[in-house]
Amino acid sequence: MPLIDVSGLERTFVVRRRAGFMRRTRSEVRAVHDLTFSVETGEMVGYIGPNGAGKSTTIKMLTGILVPTAGSLRVAGLDPSRQRTELAQRIGVVFGQRTTLWWDLPLRDSFELLRKIYRIPDARYRENLDRFVELLDLGDQLDTPVRQLSLGQRMRGDITAALLHDPEILYLDEPTIGLDVVSKGRLREFLRALNAERSTTLLLTTHDLQDIEALCDRVIVIDHGTSVYDGSLAGLHAQGGSSRTLVVDLVDEGPPIDVPGARVKKVEGPRQWLSFPTEASAAPVVAAVAASYDVADLSIQEPDIEDVIRDLYSRGA
Amino acid sequence: MAETSTTSVTARLWHPVARYGDMVRLWVRAELSYPASFAMLVVGSMLINALDFAGIAIMFSSIDSLGGFGLREIALLYGATGVGIGIADTLIGSVERIGEFIRTGRLDQMLTKPVPLLVQVCSDRFTLRRLGRITQASVVMAWALPIVDWTPSRVLVALLMVVSSSALFFGLFVLFSCVQFWTSDASEFANAFTYGGNTLTQYPLTVFPRELAIALTVVLPIAFVNWYPCLYLLGRPDPFGFPEWLQFCSPLAAALVVAAALLVWRTGVRRYTSTGS
Repeated sequence: MPLIDVSGLERTFVVRRRAGFMRRTRSEVRAVHDLTFSVETGEMVGYIGPNGAGKSTTIKMLTGILVPTAGSLRVAGLDPSRQRTELAQRIGVVFGQRTTLWWDLPLRDSFELLRKIYRIPDARYRENLDRFVELLDLGDQLDTPVRQLSLGQRMRGDITAALLHDPEILYLDEPTIGLDVVSKGRLREFLRALNAERSTTLLLTTHDLQDIEALCDRVIVIDHGTSVYDGSLAGLHAQGGSSRTLVVDLVDEGPPIDVPGARVKKVEGPRQWLSFPTEASAAPVVAAVAASYDVADLSIQEPDIEDVIRDLYSRGA
Repeated sequence: MAETSTTSVTARLWHPVARYGDMVRLWVRAELSYPASFAMLVVGSMLINALDFAGIAIMFSSIDSLGGFGLREIALLYGATGVGIGIADTLIGSVERIGEFIRTGRLDQMLTKPVPLLVQVCSDRFTLRRLGRITQASVVMAWALPIVDWTPSRVLVALLMVVSSSALFFGLFVLFSCVQFWTSDASEFANAFTYGGNTLTQYPLTVFPRELAIALTVVLPIAFVNWYPCLYLLGRPDPFGFPEWLQFCSPLAAALVVAAALLVWRTGVRRYTSTGS
């Protein structure tokens, strides 16, 4: 049986709006609709979609915070909303924009509190703490109150906090939001190692597609509350029918370039953008352009996954 | 089979209490790591509260009794309700801030932890700053104790009174904080009943109309915090002519209020997890 098993999941919210003095209208909003997917132990899955697509609602249902309106849902063999506290022992959750740590306490005390909450055996606790503190380079921050930590330090603290009790599943909601490039890189490195060593299953929601490229073999794209793509990252590129772009800087301004196998997308003075299919080789296009035009410079842009997803969204809508 | 189920019931009751104790200890340790500021806080609140009772005492320089009760008798009432609310206010931790937790998403964090929500909220930011209040009320009460004609049953009623009044105020704090599950910015609402109730019960109920005494017995049962047990301790017949057995009902009233509070709390949490707001 899969570790996470979601089938026909539904969640509607009742929204009350003010409609004039003392009058309110009541309407139903479907946040998640007929969502089905499953995740096996040890997978690293990117869960992506535009704002309001239903990502957070899904995570809330998976963690038992929110009761589904309909559909079936099993995580580690448990019913999340009914067996929430039991499930809590087996999962770790990181909400990127909010901390689970206590503002006024030193990081070390927050960890101590979590040790009590999860009843982590002493030896295990010390082993995990030492390891995560070393890997995430938190040694110097352990005695600093959380409110004085930088965003990156706090995030590393939050990730440590979510992992001290050896969860089987780690949910990460926007874990790299607001982090600098170096911190992002380190964090991704750490998560990859965690998955490799402990087979921790990762479900990651993010707006940063580099997170996905660095970490996830599998992507689930959700839009309007339902899954519009579920498969490999490479497959997502193909599905989007995306194209590569050849950027040509001509010596002088000229008419749109006309070569076989490519078409001009945009012209801006001497610079022109030519698109050609992802699966085609760039060499003949480049050769053809160079043979017929006075080229000052050339560069190739790989398809942007964001474009691919935007394509998916617009087609789904 | 029967044996396993008893163990699990004990474990189910014991586990939350043990976690509460664990977490509270850490908060106290953190608080005491700044001993000077902690001492100042406690002493400061003791002084402010001392003035509070001084006000009542000064009133007695121009009157001999209030509602038929002397100063020391009132000190007994005052002390009992003060100790009760002080202990309850300590035990509830951050319950009054539940609305803020909902708004900031802290509640979601707590719901992903393997400890009952109430235990987490009550231990969150646990502080001993009410120690000043408890100490002051205890001193006032101790000063009144010699006027009681002590018998074993009065000792028992006095002990039960302290436990019951703490539990009753605890229940009221939780009960009325639950309103925030429905309207998340009503944190002051609970205070009207808890601190309001505390202020009312600092005086003998005989200064109030009979209807209020009935309401404080049947509707919002804070008369059980101190009034009824104190009547028994002082050997006074009930001035309103209410039945005497009420004087032994404080533990029952406390149990009912706590049960109601836990029920409403559960309903509130369920509402939160089913509406997401």
